Amino acid sequence: MRRAAIGSVLTAFVLCTISFNVGAQDASEKEIERYRAMISDPMSNPGFLAVDRGEILWSEKRGSKNASLEGCDLGLGAGKLEGAFAKLPRFFADADKVMDLEQRLLWCMQNVQGLDTKDVIARRFSGPGRASDMEDLVAFIANKSNGMKIDVQLGHPKEAEMAAVGEALFFRRGGVMDFACATCHAEEGKRIRLQGLPELSKAGKQAQETMGSWPTYRVSQGALRTMQHRLWDCYRQQRWPVPEYASDSLTALTVFLNKQALGGEINVPSIKR
Amino acid sequence: MKTILKTAALVLVAGTIVLPLTADAQTAPKQAAAKQADPAVIDAYLKSTFGKAPPEWQARIEPDESLKTCNNFRNDVPSAEADKIVQRELAKVVFPADGKLLGDWKEGKKIANNGRGGQFSDNEKTVNGGNCYACHQLELAEVSYGTLGPSLTSYGKDRKFDPAEAKQAYTKIYNSHAVVACSNMPRFGANKFLTEKQIKDIVALLFDPESPVNK
Ligand code: HEC
Ligand code: HEC
Repeated sequence: MRRAAIGSVLTAFVLCTISFNVGAQDASEKEIERYRAMISDPMSNPGFLAVDRGEILWSEKRGSKNASLEGCDLGLGAGKLEGAFAKLPRFFADADKVMDLEQRLLWCMQNVQGLDTKDVIARRFSGPGRASDMEDLVAFIANKSNGMKIDVQLGHPKEAEMAAVGEALFFRRGGVMDFACATCHAEEGKRIRLQGLPELSKAGKQAQETMGSWPTYRVSQGALRTMQHRLWDCYRQQRWPVPEYASDSLTALTVFLNKQALGGEINVPSIKR
Repeated sequence: MKTILKTAALVLVAGTIVLPLTADAQTAPKQAAAKQADPAVIDAYLKSTFGKAPPEWQARIEPDESLKTCNNFRNDVPSAEADKIVQRELAKVVFPADGKLLGDWKEGKKIANNGRGGQFSDNEKTVNGGNCYACHQLELAEVSYGTLGPSLTSYGKDRKFDPAEAKQAYTKIYNSHAVVACSNMPRFGANKFLTEKQIKDIVALLFDPESPVNK
């Protein structure tokens, strides 16, 4: 059933393409409406399959302690999911560290479940025939903050440090092309080739719409992707070295971006090209 | 199926561009004025994220003198600093020994279209491209162009194919900061990303009267 719905959406895409080629700028309101509807329709967004898988993983007993993740505290108390994602990344006293959702999940796997996370990290990004626990869990957990506002925590000195470092990293140029995040994301209405670039150097609507729409189902990749993947891919385009998964600079950038996006409404998983 | 997805992707992007993006910042950020991060702290973060990369890759993200200044001022450098950068970067430009600045525009066209090279997903055999279309419009027939830089259509023709202008373009491509301090454009020659021959071919793309850029 769900599959059929997805198929019809893809057909709709193709129909759009045809009218684009023929009528050039003739992108009718109807087609935009259809695109909008598709984003918010669980039946036609394959990202919701990841949400379902994540729900199972969340309550599955694993690791040397044969425990589920329901004992994991994402900031609002053990097992509390509603609204937890909206306040991440945040400082966790037990780990003495500011963590994003993925760092926190790894910590809980190790400490609550006694799980060796090597395999989970190896599958941090899904590929053909290789599911990713992290993508599925993030989809499930983030979805539990839908309709809520991005409310990144900045009160703890370590959280404030993260925001300040994230900002510095956003503007830091380097690599063979001298690129920084700001090269591509510090002006409105710009694009690379045909890909639109959100302006993220200013607090406001573009940052809110961007950060409120991750995790997202990427049609071009046929996979649900997390912010860790987005930043990994942007550092690739930036011609920087491979960033270590779930490492501090990525969390710092996420804190900074969420600060720019403060108050933005979360609606995930979204669907993007 | 793959092509369908790709086309669908294109439509989604086009859709994104069409959607009105009103950008009025309306949220009142509740945080106190952000403190500048301590450079030593930033280094520690970088180490934790990129510290396992091969040494030559880590060296690439170590800012040189000019880039340090650009980073400090977020590219908006005061004029005294800008002059210093332009002088320093100009000294790095190496002009062809035989004085010929125009290569083969047909090759230049390929280089301008090629966005590969320098990414951690590339391998040693990858031929670096100039990726000019990522940021510039060049020949009118190519509709997939970015807008981070100005349009370069009819570039040579508009400059009456003046050799002094061609030399300036060579300089710009070799080292963009030698012309505009803290330019967002890569320093292709100075960073050893493109070869002298490749740069000459691109200059020809801009300045050869036969080049589609000038048609
Ligand atoms: C050379 C260009 C380039 C650089 C440098 C770059 N990005 Fe991006 N970024 C892109 C492109 C292109 C997209 C849109 C990709 C797409 O639509 O497939 C994007 C998308 C994004 C998105 C998601 C936007 C959305 O609407 O969903 C975020 C967030 C982001 N970038 C953040 C960053 C950060 C943080 C950095 C620095 C670490 C960075 N980018 C560096 C090109 C870049
Ligand atoms: C990441 C973006 C980017 C890329 C890639 C890029 N440029 Fe640029 N370019 C710019 C920007 C921004 C400017 C305007 C500011 C400046 O002059 O520095 C510019 C300016 C120029 C100018 C001067 C235009 C004038 O005002 O006369 C030329 C010529 C030029 N670019 C050629 C090229 C060529 C050729 C390539 C590919 C080999 C290229 N650029 C790649 C961003 C880029």
